[in-house]
Amino acid sequence: MDRPLRLITSNPVDSLARVIEALLVVASQPLTLDELAEATADDIERIETALGLVRERYSEGRSGIVLQHVAGGYAFGAAREAAEACARLFERPVERGLSQAAIETVAIVAYLGPVSRPEIAQIRGVAADSAVASLVERGLIAEAGRESSPGGAVRYRVTALFERVFGLESLAALPRLDDIGADQAAICDRLLEVAEARAS
Amino acid sequence: MASAVRDLELDLDAFEGPFDLLLTLLLKDAIQPSEIDMAAIVVAFVERLAERDELDLDACGEFLVLIAALLELKARHLFPDEEAELSELEPEEAAEELARRLAEYRRMKSAAIWLREQLEGQRELYFRLGPAPLAPNPERRLAPQEPLRLVEAMRGLAVEPPPVSLSHMALRFPPVSQFVERFRALLTRRRRFDFDTEMQGLSRVEQAVAFLALLELRKEGEIVISQAAPFAPIRISRADEPVSDSDDERMLQWIARSA
Repeated sequence: MDRPLRLITSNPVDSLARVIEALLVVASQPLTLDELAEATADDIERIETALGLVRERYSEGRSGIVLQHVAGGYAFGAAREAAEACARLFERPVERGLSQAAIETVAIVAYLGPVSRPEIAQIRGVAADSAVASLVERGLIAEAGRESSPGGAVRYRVTALFERVFGLESLAALPRLDDIGADQAAICDRLLEVAEARAS
Repeated sequence: MASAVRDLELDLDAFEGPFDLLLTLLLKDAIQPSEIDMAAIVVAFVERLAERDELDLDACGEFLVLIAALLELKARHLFPDEEAELSELEPEEAAEELARRLAEYRRMKSAAIWLREQLEGQRELYFRLGPAPLAPNPERRLAPQEPLRLVEAMRGLAVEPPPVSLSHMALRFPPVSQFVERFRALLTRRRRFDFDTEMQGLSRVEQAVAFLALLELRKEGEIVISQAAPFAPIRISRADEPVSDSDDERMLQWIARSA
């Protein structure tokens, strides 16, 4: 440990930091800045300052509990050094046996959501029924209304749990689709090259 | 169309509404048959039949014909004549369309790989998964209200209730002062007296009041109270009257007789 643990004194922001600690312990999901501000009846700026104190106190190497900025909010989690011990006692059931089809499906929902099952099937080229059901059961995706046409299909979106499990601060943290994957023009050229080669 | 088929309400993943609307949308190509779960429609129909007491053979027959047609439609859609479809396109157009679909899928596949790596990186992070948030309190629906009945009820409440009778709680025993005077008078005539003897014929409440009168006189220093043993008769004498030996002897005899 580089520095001794900083004792929280009677400074007003320190007092706010203690209240935030308590809220994060009680909460079952990440709390946003707005939620913290509403609960503490304080302003966002002071909340951010207080969160800085909490982050300093609960960081890797200093505490068994670490403050995480995930899923658009703040939450407490176990430090990485405790992972082995945690694994002996608990598992992360959400990601157990997550198939390739499920990962591809959740990627489509994350990028294109809200999206319906037929749309997912159209992109993947195979039915997505089982993958969608599995993801709903794990709580990684959830229903988000129906398509506006008469008798429209159910649409799905990713949940806050998805962001937390994948360690994303928000969906904005996903890499841009332009930056990954194949270039359409290049594929088209290759297809034409193959076609010409077979014709000759 | 038989009502059991026409009124069949469906709640499928790809469609929600009556069966006849689904048929209309399928025939107009507004919904792809491949998106519809036919088994779920059959289950919904069978459940509908089970709810009715009698078997509607007409409806069953009609449903069989319709569902068979839908299944054929779905099968044809699932295995389209791809060669005929592609032949309608120029080679460049076909390549472009294929490339577009492939590129979209490969982008999503790459995104999936990125997510898989991200997940691997999070494998060591454990956090608490709490219960779902508390459900909001359901809105309480009031039964239809009649204002006149409410007025009647309020009017009934506004009437002053009859005064409560306390007659049964009236004090039915004489005042302590009455016994104080009685004992004073007795001690002016006699030097001492036996409390139990004097109390004969009185009620328990009157005896209690009389005893309070004795305590009052003792407090004032007017009398001396003596009792030879627990539960022996209580003897009262004037405070200025010394108790002699002969008195003690008489008291012992008296106690012996009482015992």
